[in-house]
Formats: sequence, structure tokens, C-alpha cells
Amino acid sequence: MNENTIEKTRIRQRAVGALVQVLLYAFLLLMALIVLFPFYWMVISSLKTLDEYRMSVPTFFPRRVMLSNYADAFTTANLGRLFLNTMYVGIVSTLLSLVITILSAFAFARLEFKGKNALFGALLATMMIPGELFTITNYSTVTKLGWMNTYTVLIVPFLVSVFYIYLLRQNFMQIPDELYLAAKVDGTGDFKYLLKVMIPLSLPTLISITILKMMGAWNSYIWPRLVANDEKHRMITNGLRNAFTETTGDVNYPVQMAAVALVSLPLFLVFIFLRKYIMKGVSRSGIKG
Amino acid sequence: MQMVESEHKWKAWLYLSPAIVLLLVFTVWPIINTVRMAFLENYSGLKAVGGMTFSFGIGNFQKVVKYQKFLQCMKNTILLCILTVPISTILALLIAVCLNSIKFLQKPLQTIFFLPYVTNSIAIGMVFAAMFNIVGSFYGSENEIVVTAGIINNILEALGFHKVNWINSGSSYGANITVMTVYIVWNALPFKILVLLGGLQSIDKQYYDAARVDGTSRRRIFWKITVPLLSPMLAYVIITGFIGGFKEYTSIVGIFGEKMGPPDDALRLNTMVGFIYDALSTNNQGRASAAALILFGIILIVTLINLRVSKKRVHY
Repeated sequence: MNENTIEKTRIRQRAVGALVQVLLYAFLLLMALIVLFPFYWMVISSLKTLDEYRMSVPTFFPRRVMLSNYADAFTTANLGRLFLNTMYVGIVSTLLSLVITILSAFAFARLEFKGKNALFGALLATMMIPGELFTITNYSTVTKLGWMNTYTVLIVPFLVSVFYIYLLRQNFMQIPDELYLAAKVDGTGDFKYLLKVMIPLSLPTLISITILKMMGAWNSYIWPRLVANDEKHRMITNGLRNAFTETTGDVNYPVQMAAVALVSLPLFLVFIFLRKYIMKGVSRSGIKG
Repeated sequence: MQMVESEHKWKAWLYLSPAIVLLLVFTVWPIINTVRMAFLENYSGLKAVGGMTFSFGIGNFQKVVKYQKFLQCMKNTILLCILTVPISTILALLIAVCLNSIKFLQKPLQTIFFLPYVTNSIAIGMVFAAMFNIVGSFYGSENEIVVTAGIINNILEALGFHKVNWINSGSSYGANITVMTVYIVWNALPFKILVLLGGLQSIDKQYYDAARVDGTSRRRIFWKITVPLLSPMLAYVIITGFIGGFKEYTSIVGIFGEKMGPPDDALRLNTMVGFIYDALSTNNQGRASAAALILFGIILIVTLINLRVSKKRVHY
């Protein structure tokens, strides 16, 4: 092989490499555009006048920005009330759920008792069963308890999540035994140890759980529709669907898109500021919300 | 020492008590009761309260599997599963591999691809409906007064295609399923990309360096190194994809509303989960329970098949 051919192959390799890079970026940017397009369409549609939205040749930027669509959406869907309901259910259920999860994870990670592994295995096995199977009976249970159309029915049945217990237990188990034994020698009680050592050390996991639980409340649809679909207790996703029942035909889309944007906004804020916690929790679950 | 242990024993149960009480009421009892209701002929909660008793039998299962509505629901569910799981997995794998081989813009693009995860499926479904919808008085073939054909049709026409009636009255089943497939894939991508990219980033760079020294082609590297080393993550996203696919429901409510179909053909796109809830809200708990157990059975079988296949193919 003389120097000339080596030089030629090197140039060829470099050219192929550059072409591959161009194709990679072209593909990724096209896919990114497709992923982002619905968000873009939501926002610009929400700012158009109805007449502009209905033009046969679409505009890609509103000619007249109609912020009043947002005010209309807010009153049409009664978003204020829905927002308060959802926040109340979300906050109360997250707090109670955290307490239950922490106590259970501590027992499984740190304390010794008969049948611990069997019990933990049984809990994990329930994760395989689709939630619909529980819903059928839970529906009659909450009816019998007289919980229909209350906040209780939206909070209590879903307080225990085996997945969260599992997640936190893994985290607790990474904390070295020496810390626990040292605390025992110092006469620190279990509860104080949990509060002062384990919880601060597992804060990232606890934040992940909090975000996922809040998002779950925000996005929950099936159960609230079934058991608390009255004006007083209705949650936001349900309220949104109820306020805009028509999906096809001649719909006032600008207002509808404004409502959708308002419902999506808190999720985006969470995404922007707390993305790494969500990604951490999500990559291990595969559960949406 | 003995004393400490016994003290621990009741303490552990004390710590576990809130979780155990709630699980007994809302998880363990439902499992038992659902099986019980499924095997009581024509069980209805309303009639049970009225004092009616029901005989034991497998009638609920027999009725459900012969029920035309249920078969339609099952067809929709399975069709959406076998369309969306492969498409979203392949697309996610392509995107993850591409993302892993670039440096500039990697982080911002990664963020963009994760964005659809943090959305409300009902809300964004309404956006997709708006994009596919033909606005106007649209009565199928006659008396069409199209105001605007919708942005997707506008784009299609700009590219030289004909416009399609995607979701309005008179739309075809194929068009409906296409819209659902696009939406479900869009929704499923972020989780799969996240898991696959995480897997790719954990592959030891030495394998690639060795292959490059040997002058191995890109395609060979992809099939002989990347895919085998990524197989546990691929198996994971495929299994969770199927489980999620069999429970599809809210994405359809997002686009078609609670009618679960175009205005002239309600329930055309209903799914197995939708069937269970319809049976429940009409007080047919026996039928709902039987359908839920069938759903559980299908999910179990598909998961076991996946695990068997991956046992042969997955390299841990």
C-alpha cells in the first residue's frame, strides 16, 4: 500500500463519518420536531381568534394574540375549583403516602421479624396484577363505606404503593449498618434514627416519590370519574374532559386548547425544575404517573 | 439480646400496620372477591344488596368470550398492541442509538424527547384530536362544508397527498387506528428512549474500541455488540410496553371522548379496560370480574412468553 492510497482511504473515511453525522442530526432534529409539534400547535391555537383558527389555509403564528381565550377557558371549565380540588387531594395523599411508605420501608430494610421476606415477596407479587382487577371490588367497598363523592375516596384507596416501598427500601438498605449500630450504642431510638439519619440520606428518592404521586393525582382520570364526579369533588383531568365533550366537528378549539395548555402548564413547570428526579424514578418503574 | 429481638418484632409490625391494613382492604380482599364474583353466575352488586343469591359456575366467562362487544374490544386492544409496541421500540432504539453517538446538542435533544412523558394523556389527546379533526359541518360524503381540514391534512395536501377523514363522522376504522397508533407511539417513546439510552451509556466503550481496531462495519457493530448488550433493556421496554398496551384506555378517551369512537360509531374503539368499566358502571360485577381475570391471564401469558424468549436471546 503506498502513501497515496492510505491518504485516499483516510479522506474517504472522514467523508463517510461526516455524512453519517449529518444524517444522524437530520434524523434526530426531524424526530424532535415531530415530538414538539403538538405542543407548538396547542400554544398557537390557544392564542388565535376562532375566525383565524377556522381559516382553510392555516397560519403558523397568530395574527392577533387573544389572551382572552385563557380567561374564557378558565371560566368555561371552572378550572379554579378543579385546580383546588386536585391540589388538596394531591397534597394530602402525598403526605400520608410518604409516612406509610417510610415506615414500611424502614421495617423491611432495618428491622428483623419472622416472615419478612415472604411478606415482601407477596407485596411485590401484587404489582403484577392490573389495577382494574382491584377497582371492581374497591368500587363496591367504597360504596358500602359511604365514601362516594368525598375527598376520602380519592385519597385513601391508593395510599399504599408497593413500588414506592420497594424503591425506598432499596435506598435504605444502602445506608451502612455501622451507622445504625453506632446510633444504638449511643442510645438513639429507632424512630429518632429514622428521622435524623435515614430520611435525610434518602431525600432524592423521597422527592421522586412526591413528584410522581402529585403527577398521579393531576393525571388520574378513571377512578375519580367512577367515584367522585360531582361538582364539589371533581378533579382536573375529569373536569377538562367533561367541559369539552365534543372532540370532532365544529369545535371552539382556541378556547379548548387554552384549557389544555392551562392543565399542562404545572406539569411543564415540574418538568423544567425537577426533571432529574422524575427521570430517576421513572427509569425504574415504567408506570405513568 | 432476646428482649431486643422481641421488642423489634412488635415494633416492625407496628411500623407496617398502616400499609398492611390498607393493603388488606384495597388489594388482598379485591383479589379474593373478584375471583369470587367472576365465578358466581350473572353476579350483580345491586341484586346482591337486594338479597338475591347466585349459583357457582363459569357462565360469566362463557358469556364474555361470546359477547360481540367484548371481542371487538379485544381485537382493538390486541391490534393497538401489535402495532404500537414494535413501532415505538424500534423508533426509540434508533433515536437512543443516534443520541448516544452525538455530542453537540445531546442534552437538549434528550430533554425534548423526554417531554411527552410529563403530559396528561387526556389533555394532549385533545390536541391530537384538534390536529386530525376536519372542522366544519361534516356529514360523511354528502353536504360537506369543510371550514378547515386540520393541520395534519393541510400538511398532507402540501406534500401532494389527499386529505383523509381521520376521526370525524364517516371515518374508516383504519384511519381511526392510524391516529391512535400515532398518538400512543408518541406517548410511549420517552420512557423507552430513557431506558435504552441509559443502557447504551452503560456499555463499556472498550467493546467499541476493539471493534473499531478490527475494522468492523457500523452495521455489524450495531447487531453484534449494541443489540446483544442492550437486550435486557430491550426486553424490559417490550414487556412493560405490552403490559401498558393491554391496559390502553385513557389515550382513546383523550382523542375520541367517552364515546370511544367517531360520532356515528360509538364504542368502535373500546378496549378491554373500557369493557370492564362499562360492565362495572352498569352493575354487572360478575361480567366485569370475568373480563378482568381474562385481561390478567393475557398479560401473564404475554409476559411469560416474553421472558421465555428473552431467556434464550438476552445476554446478561
